[in-house]
Amino acid sequence: MMKPLLTHFYKCIAIAACLYLSIQHASAQMENDGIMIPKNYICAGPMFSTSSWTNYWEGTYKRNNGNIGKVTTNMYSFMATYGITNDLIVTAGVPYITSTASAGTLHDQKGIQDLSVNLKWRAYKLKTDKGTLSLFASVTGSIPLSNYEADFLPLALGSHSKNVTGRVVIDYNYGKVFFTGSGAYTNRSNITIDRNSYYTTELIYSNQVELPNMSDYNFRAGYRSKYLIVEGVADISTSLGGFDIRKNDMPFPSNRMNMSSVGGNIRYRLKSFYGLEFSAGDDYVVAGRNVGQSNMIHGGLTYIFGIIKKKTVQDKDSFKN
Amino acid sequence: MKKLVRNTIAILSIAVIASSFSSCRKEVISRVDLYPSLTPTNLDLNADTWKPVLVTDPTVFTVAAPDATTSPAYVADLNEIKGYQRSLTDGQRAIIKYWSAGAVLRWNEIMRELVAKYNIAPYQNPDGTYPAPSSTNPFAYPLFPFSNPPYAARAFAYVSAAEYDALVTAYHFKNQYNRAAPYKVDTTIKALIPKSDLPSYPSEDAVVAGAAVEMMKLLFPTEVDYIEQKAQEQQQYRIMAGANTRSEWNAGFSLGTQVADIFAARARTDKAGKAIGTPTYWTQLQTQTAAKGEIYWVSLESPKRPPMLPLFTKVTPFLFDTLTVVSLRPGPPHLTHSAEFAADQKEVLYYSQHATRENEALVAFWADGIGTYTPPGHWNAIAADEFVKQHYSEVRWARNFALLNMAEMDAAIVCWDTKYYYFNPRPTQMNDQIKTLTGIPNFPSYSSGHSNFSAAAATVLTYLLPDRGTKFTDMAQQAALSRLYGAIHTRQDIEVGLTTGAEVGQYAVQRAQSDGAGLGN
Repeated sequence: MMKPLLTHFYKCIAIAACLYLSIQHASAQMENDGIMIPKNYICAGPMFSTSSWTNYWEGTYKRNNGNIGKVTTNMYSFMATYGITNDLIVTAGVPYITSTASAGTLHDQKGIQDLSVNLKWRAYKLKTDKGTLSLFASVTGSIPLSNYEADFLPLALGSHSKNVTGRVVIDYNYGKVFFTGSGAYTNRSNITIDRNSYYTTELIYSNQVELPNMSDYNFRAGYRSKYLIVEGVADISTSLGGFDIRKNDMPFPSNRMNMSSVGGNIRYRLKSFYGLEFSAGDDYVVAGRNVGQSNMIHGGLTYIFGIIKKKTVQDKDSFKN
Repeated sequence: MKKLVRNTIAILSIAVIASSFSSCRKEVISRVDLYPSLTPTNLDLNADTWKPVLVTDPTVFTVAAPDATTSPAYVADLNEIKGYQRSLTDGQRAIIKYWSAGAVLRWNEIMRELVAKYNIAPYQNPDGTYPAPSSTNPFAYPLFPFSNPPYAARAFAYVSAAEYDALVTAYHFKNQYNRAAPYKVDTTIKALIPKSDLPSYPSEDAVVAGAAVEMMKLLFPTEVDYIEQKAQEQQQYRIMAGANTRSEWNAGFSLGTQVADIFAARARTDKAGKAIGTPTYWTQLQTQTAAKGEIYWVSLESPKRPPMLPLFTKVTPFLFDTLTVVSLRPGPPHLTHSAEFAADQKEVLYYSQHATRENEALVAFWADGIGTYTPPGHWNAIAADEFVKQHYSEVRWARNFALLNMAEMDAAIVCWDTKYYYFNPRPTQMNDQIKTLTGIPNFPSYSSGHSNFSAAAATVLTYLLPDRGTKFTDMAQQAALSRLYGAIHTRQDIEVGLTTGAEVGQYAVQRAQSDGAGLGN
């Protein structure tokens, strides 16, 4: 019934996945944005997000539920990015999650969720007097770090699958205005649950569950300068399979979880303390299927530093990347 | 350029890692699809002497004498088989493989699936009341039935017992007519399943199908189309496989239907239809409990839902009479104001606050809550996995499922009697700090339904399969403990439930000891 935590956190990770900075420019870098970090730099820091919902979609039927009330999920994570080259960066993140329902009797959940590692490659860059066009390709892998109970929706910490996401990003900027669009495909492994039979649209006698793969389209546009990024974001995430929660049934990891969200982010780099960056944002689900209509607020703090003294900063104008 | 090459290599290696991830993705195989073809080690040819549940005299049923093997009708039947066997499609071979595991087994699985499908509590009305499913208007929301644990236990019992009686009756006619299988009469017909010396008129598969379909029309009226489609498929299987002629099937199906009608008549008058109670009765349960100075059960759902089937206790049992139901009722739980009660609640709170991953797994494995085949269905699944290894005849499959499921239904009756006699609160009602590791059921706490069902089932299965030792009683213990670890029940709830369930199970064992079937094999 809930917001597909996986997707949500994934996005969060992306948002949190800070980093970047050349010597002069700080900004969060994400898997689905057009921002990079130079070679031999590390950008790292903590991130926090809190997400909650009261209404959810049972299939396409929108309702609330007095037996769960408001579901709140908090995520505390740590992210780090490293510039392998000026055009290839690696980002890793680990979240700790708590999940509670305000009503009903269900026990809350907490624990370390999944390690995610993203490699992002700037494959192409064209600078003209009409702006800069860049093309990125990225791959993200995630793997559960603890044995959390995936079959405990809506409070489960995640889907407990091993995922691989491939994404293509196009970024265009003209002056301080930018537009970024991307599309991704996520392959999700089967998961093992604690029971040995379950009903989807038929009764399956196995502890293995096949999760639907997912697609995601992300669009962002706004203002990007040396010290400040302000952007609007729209995201459409779709399960490529799965089944609907039936009226008053329990949710299940292989439900068809779709959601469309809109949001905004702001990132600000201090001039007085070089390398330090703050980010904050909000993300609201406007439409969905078998997910909660969540609103997520997030914030983060990152710091960038070089690990080799002899700097090879080729691209100081990082926001414009 | 060098950089481009290096980056390309990096991306390629990522792609390789990615593809190794995606190889984790495999088609999920149901273990029931791997069951082998049924090859009974003993045909149980004397099953016509076994004691049926309701049938008293097999000769009251109509089974016409089979056509002579030289008759044009029989020859036409054989030609139908030959026609199929000339060009079987992969789909038809898959149907043969599926059904060859056994008729009683597959119909039991179909039942489990329907129970899971219909095990969803109705959604509330806008005014906070709840609609109830109606057998007279089954297609209106909420669809009929809500196959909760008592409903499921009763449904399994009726279908299993009807199949058993139908098979015992069929054996009477099989032995009377002693017709050989088609592949024995005409050697050009292939047997696409293991050959059998069991007389094939009337068809044992058809008898099971006839009984199951007739009962399930009553129990799952919105699924008639699906049920009949399954029976059609099974009929085609018997003919394609060379196991039965069409006339053998028809005779069996008709007999199964006739026998099931006796069970359907019983089901219509067994008082299950009134088990939901009335608002007056729901209130009376509260006042009579309060009059005893006890805290009464209150629904923990929002909006508050009426208690589940409070008058299921009045349903007519299979293994004993209604007076025995009362005599099997355990003594009262700890008084809600007693120190013992408080100590029990404290232990539940401890497990709620110290939920280990192992406990979560145990709770989830045995939860059998909304959208599942319920605890009785779980024990049917456990039994089926074991029975498959025994290579039973169809009639012994049916007899053993009938014993198991009559015990489950009667355990439901006795357990529900206990629950509503004492109307005892759930731990979470007493202390809202007690959070549960699975959904909390909407009926009183004492005694534990899971424990009653599991102990009754384990008692029957341990008798039927003595070489399994303590396997089933160990499982019943685990099922019961899962309710304590899940913070659903107190220790007293589960201990008393296990004792009462085992007592009910003994009635099935007594029946098994004297029904003429013996242990078999």
